[in-house]
Amino acid sequence: MIKRKVVLRFPAAVVELPFIYTLAREFDVVANILKANINPRKEGSMVVELSAEDEKYEAAVNYLQSRGIVILPLEQQIIWVEDRCTQCGACTVICPTNALWMKRPEMTVSFCSEKCVVCEQCLKACPARAVEALYLAGE
Amino acid sequence: MKQLRTIKEINEKIAKGKVVVATAEEIVSMVAEKGVEKTARQVDVVTTGTFGPMCSSGAFLNLGHTTPRMRMSKVYLNGVNAYAGIAAVDVYLGATEIPETDPANSVFPGAFNYGGAHVIEDLLSGKKVLLEATSYGTNCYPLQKLEKWITLDDIKDAYLFNPRNCYQNYNVAVNLSDRTIYTYMGILKPHLGNANYCSAGQLSPLLNDLLYRTIGVGTKIFLGGGVGYVAWHGTQHNPHAPRTEGGVPRGGAGTLALIGDLKQMSPKYLRGVSFLGYGVSMQVGVGVPIPILDEEILQFTAVSDEEILAPIVDYSEAYPQGTEEILGEVSYAELKSGTIVIRGKEVPTAPLSSYPKAKEIAETLKQWILKGEFTLTEPVAALPSAEFAVNFARQPEKE
Repeated sequence: MIKRKVVLRFPAAVVELPFIYTLAREFDVVANILKANINPRKEGSMVVELSAEDEKYEAAVNYLQSRGIVILPLEQQIIWVEDRCTQCGACTVICPTNALWMKRPEMTVSFCSEKCVVCEQCLKACPARAVEALYLAGE
Repeated sequence: MKQLRTIKEINEKIAKGKVVVATAEEIVSMVAEKGVEKTARQVDVVTTGTFGPMCSSGAFLNLGHTTPRMRMSKVYLNGVNAYAGIAAVDVYLGATEIPETDPANSVFPGAFNYGGAHVIEDLLSGKKVLLEATSYGTNCYPLQKLEKWITLDDIKDAYLFNPRNCYQNYNVAVNLSDRTIYTYMGILKPHLGNANYCSAGQLSPLLNDLLYRTIGVGTKIFLGGGVGYVAWHGTQHNPHAPRTEGGVPRGGAGTLALIGDLKQMSPKYLRGVSFLGYGVSMQVGVGVPIPILDEEILQFTAVSDEEILAPIVDYSEAYPQGTEEILGEVSYAELKSGTIVIRGKEVPTAPLSSYPKAKEIAETLKQWILKGEFTLTEPVAALPSAEFAVNFARQPEKE
């Protein structure tokens, strides 16, 4: 069983075709769409979680690639909005990797994105809602 | 004790631009360096500051009369209920009120993304807010339903009135249980996973005037970025709380009720915040000037983080059950270091109250006074205080 979050990039020529339907019907792939967008040039992008038996997953990936769809691994990113942060520090004791930490003795919050594992615990621990999650396609 | 100066004399110095002001942080090292006597002669005013979640806050709004006129029995601002059981078109918008459509903790832990405090922040940010009002009709007030978008400018009168702010010291919250708990002191991880405290310590207003000798009813202050006043002692004001020899309360003691014109305040110093699994609160910025009328008042302002102790309380059992049990005491100097030791375990700490913002407020108030934009006031009436003989023996005296 494979379960993976990926970003699909659809060229304009195929953007109107019902791929998700085909994935389900032909390949037994469960596609959980997290985010989808079609830009003004009619190119599509979709953040989707695909799960299927190993062989069927491989077959589904081959099928999508043969139709010109680019499949990229999903990378999530945590954005710390410094302007909204009120330096209360509530996130710093919740963050498991010290990516959000307090500079002392200044008592100001800092964020180190290299240490962040995108567990998203900070999102709701932050009373001022100064942390946001961003979904990006990795190259 | 020999009086060094009066408030009138300080105001004269402010007018002449000759006043000497220090923040409550600066005064600690000044006294350590020069001693009490010399510093007291030199410094006229010490400014304090605090910026933390203060749930007992809200605003009185007069929404202005409509045509035809309306009583307004039920009022909502962006879906948040404002109490309208007072005169026609007067309401009180409480900081912690949440929309009736918010699922609260029915899906635990609730997110509480929006509430009264956020409405206040939105109004201050110049955003449009949806006003919905209903009422029964009367001969004098016939209109029964109203829906319109308003801004702070459309509101006739708006003043912040916070029944309980500026707690003089507070608990350090921890969790002894085996599951995560969600409190007004933030998320507390199991088995002493973290310790959250909430005071500006040596910068906090009431920790610089331990027996309320200068802060009283009518004291002019920095409130939410504008000018406000102490209206009364706050709810739960408890001057008789246990104190150290130096007079510092060893837990929550005095509180202040504050008032001020919302229209001159700033969203920078009044912020809506959401505590997961608990609710909405408002971060309030307050700064109080302390006139150095004699050496005792100066000694109170010179109290440092090392000398202020806070009780460690278990929020999984002792706090909710209302037992007085504490797990020990710890100084703000230790809390600020980032870790404290409880029952032999190193526990990371988080302040909740923002020290850099508190410092910024104390510094802003200092600049207002130095520029002659802010004068000091005599209190109209004293706050209830405690009979307490302060022992300054522990304070260093260097000349």
